[in-house]
Amino acid sequence: MSEKEHDEFSGTETTGHEWDGIKELNSPLPRWWLWTFYATIIWGIGYMILYPAWPLIESATPGLLGWSSRAELTEEIAAARDEQRELREGIDNNPLAAIRADQDLFQFAVAGGRSAFAVNCIQCHGSGAAGDVGYPNLNDDAWLWGGTLDDIYHSIRHGIRFEDDDQTHYSEMPAFGRDELLDKDQISDVADYVLSLSGLDHDSAAAARGQAVYQQECSICHMEDGSGDRTQGAPALNDAIWLHGGDKDTIVDVVTNSRRGVMPAWGNRLDDATIKKLTIYVHALGGGEQEASNQSPEGGE
Amino acid sequence: MLKSVGSADEQVDRVDVEAVNKKENRTLYQARIKVFPKRVSGTFRRLKWYVMALTLTIYYITPWIRWDRGPYAPDQAVLVDIPGRRFYFFFIEIWPQEFYYIAGLLIMAGVGLFLVTSTVGRAWCGYTCPQTVWVDLFLVVERAIEGDRNARIKLDKGPWTGDKITKRVSKHAIWLMIAVATGGAWIFYFADAPTLARNFVAFDAPAVAYATVGILTATTYIFGGFLREQVCTYMCPWPRIQGAMLDEDSLTVTYNDWRGEPRSRHRKSVSDGLAGDCVDCNQCVAACPMGIDIRDGQQLECITCALCIDACDSVMDKVGSPRGLISYSTLQDYNASTRDAPKHTGLSSFIRPRTFVYTALWSLVGLAMLYALLTRDRLDINVLHDRNPLAVVLSDGTVRNGYTIKILNMKAEPRTFSVSMEGLIGGSMTLSGNDAAAARSFDLDVAPDVMRSIKVYVSAPRSTLETEETGFRFVVTDKAGDETAAYDANFARANR
Repeated sequence: MSEKEHDEFSGTETTGHEWDGIKELNSPLPRWWLWTFYATIIWGIGYMILYPAWPLIESATPGLLGWSSRAELTEEIAAARDEQRELREGIDNNPLAAIRADQDLFQFAVAGGRSAFAVNCIQCHGSGAAGDVGYPNLNDDAWLWGGTLDDIYHSIRHGIRFEDDDQTHYSEMPAFGRDELLDKDQISDVADYVLSLSGLDHDSAAAARGQAVYQQECSICHMEDGSGDRTQGAPALNDAIWLHGGDKDTIVDVVTNSRRGVMPAWGNRLDDATIKKLTIYVHALGGGEQEASNQSPEGGE
Repeated sequence: MLKSVGSADEQVDRVDVEAVNKKENRTLYQARIKVFPKRVSGTFRRLKWYVMALTLTIYYITPWIRWDRGPYAPDQAVLVDIPGRRFYFFFIEIWPQEFYYIAGLLIMAGVGLFLVTSTVGRAWCGYTCPQTVWVDLFLVVERAIEGDRNARIKLDKGPWTGDKITKRVSKHAIWLMIAVATGGAWIFYFADAPTLARNFVAFDAPAVAYATVGILTATTYIFGGFLREQVCTYMCPWPRIQGAMLDEDSLTVTYNDWRGEPRSRHRKSVSDGLAGDCVDCNQCVAACPMGIDIRDGQQLECITCALCIDACDSVMDKVGSPRGLISYSTLQDYNASTRDAPKHTGLSSFIRPRTFVYTALWSLVGLAMLYALLTRDRLDINVLHDRNPLAVVLSDGTVRNGYTIKILNMKAEPRTFSVSMEGLIGGSMTLSGNDAAAARSFDLDVAPDVMRSIKVYVSAPRSTLETEETGFRFVVTDKAGDETAAYDANFARANR
């Protein structure tokens, strides 16, 4: 160790480390490198003073600048909202039809509605708004309470059979079997008749018997041709859409026990702009209807 | 020296040893040894002036060149529009998804570097590297104010007189001005130059512009004024990479020791044949901006700026010896040369398989890019099939699928496109948010140079869908021109 080895060629001292005959030279570090190192230390001290750094029991030292990632995020959100001001005011001040007619407002409303839907609605209607058994598919053109912008808006704001809201949609189908309004044979016959309305497989003789029962008990709400009545939320029975299922057992069950779907009124939970955006979004899912021609779904042909 | 007491001599056992880290024996940190390059004149110095003028002109002028693209696009010839996500280069406009052109350029730059290095060695380092060019520029200022090498050394060692302070302050002031101009020019590549320049002086430009100018001013000033050759030696990976790409046929700046050695300061011994042509004047060392002695042989620090060649050639002219004691030469020719049979390097060193392969590769990539550029579409269509739900059954039993269609109008003019469907007999589509009746095609306006995203609902009678999935196409056609784009989509039949 006492004897320093020097590289023969350059005269530089070696570290004594050798790999396959290649020796590491112990060249002195350039001094500016050292200054750079000191500069980073000074920078680090400044950083610790200005920014949150030392962990304490409950939080960290706050730093002289008072910076925090949370505050920065809040500012950025505020700035982003500020940039959207014109669009937001557009949503607030325009009727639904006008929002839909304006390309920018429409896009903004659909995007906002999609977000609000993902937070509030997907629990029942599904992330793709395709619904499930008992929860309507919002993509199709069959509407229980109407598919115009105003209809959808009303349904979202006041809910369905939501008793805390005065203007909620309300109707109730009798439980024909449970309450012994019809006997089992009659219910079975009526189910066959309902199947026949949309051309599904059925027993013709039973359906013929069921027709009389249907006209007497069911046609008041579901209409004689089975096209339903939106003022009462009575679904069309002559189309391809089945909320609870289109097989005979399910129909028998529904007629026997009734169904009573409930949706909360969102008017007291969400602000009006959000409900408007949700309306535009749901309406744009593909089944939205136009205001004037309140067309009813065509029968299954 | 402590005079020891007689009796202690026997008690104390003295060892002849030294601490291994004794400070006299090593320096941990070495201060920069200042380099004062001497001014030279000659072929390569002239070449370097031309290259400097050219590169600096390109750098400073480029953002100010105008290029008319019509009313809907910026008129700056070279513009990197980061917020707008566009890159403009004269007649070329690149969208982010066309970034592969930049990748192609990088491949070309890489292969080009191989080619250049395998033929002319570290020419990049010696002539065109910004570090080299700006250090050269800073040296021009330094020489103009403080004089040439000897005057500068004298001034540096001299006391701080009024004259020295004046010279130093003016030198640094001019350096800082150059540095600000350098940093300042950079930002104009990223925004409309005249507007940004006005805003910049009115303190109305974005903070990032001032920060960029600040940082680049600092790096230019520090790298060009103070760090200089240390950037090449210590910081830059390029010399290592380039050094690895040289071979025995690459040009390097070579001291022809077969001719120069043994060096001697006395003319007499040359004629006696006892000495070489090198008169040991050290002009090559004085001229070197890296502060090295080329006569020590090839070394990492050498950037091959060839200023030592110019310095030596003028000395050779003076003493009446032939030029080229220091010359651009290949290792092969150097090894083959003797005093009696010198072997001079000519252009033939460029002609070998390696350079042909590099040239072919480089041209191939270039041609492929050029072809792609000239035949590329300025209209594109992308289609996203709704997945949730994949298909919807309507009340009349019709099946409906949703598609998000993105139409890219990559021309800087508003265009009207016809969007239509081919295949899917009996199918029709509607545009979300639009009350027009279902049809098999519709017209769509797209603003200049933007992507427009639309939602389209396609419906088809269930009876026409024989399989789970039915293929069809979306076709988008420019109504005013003949440009067209198509997308092969699938139509899903609902499960129930």
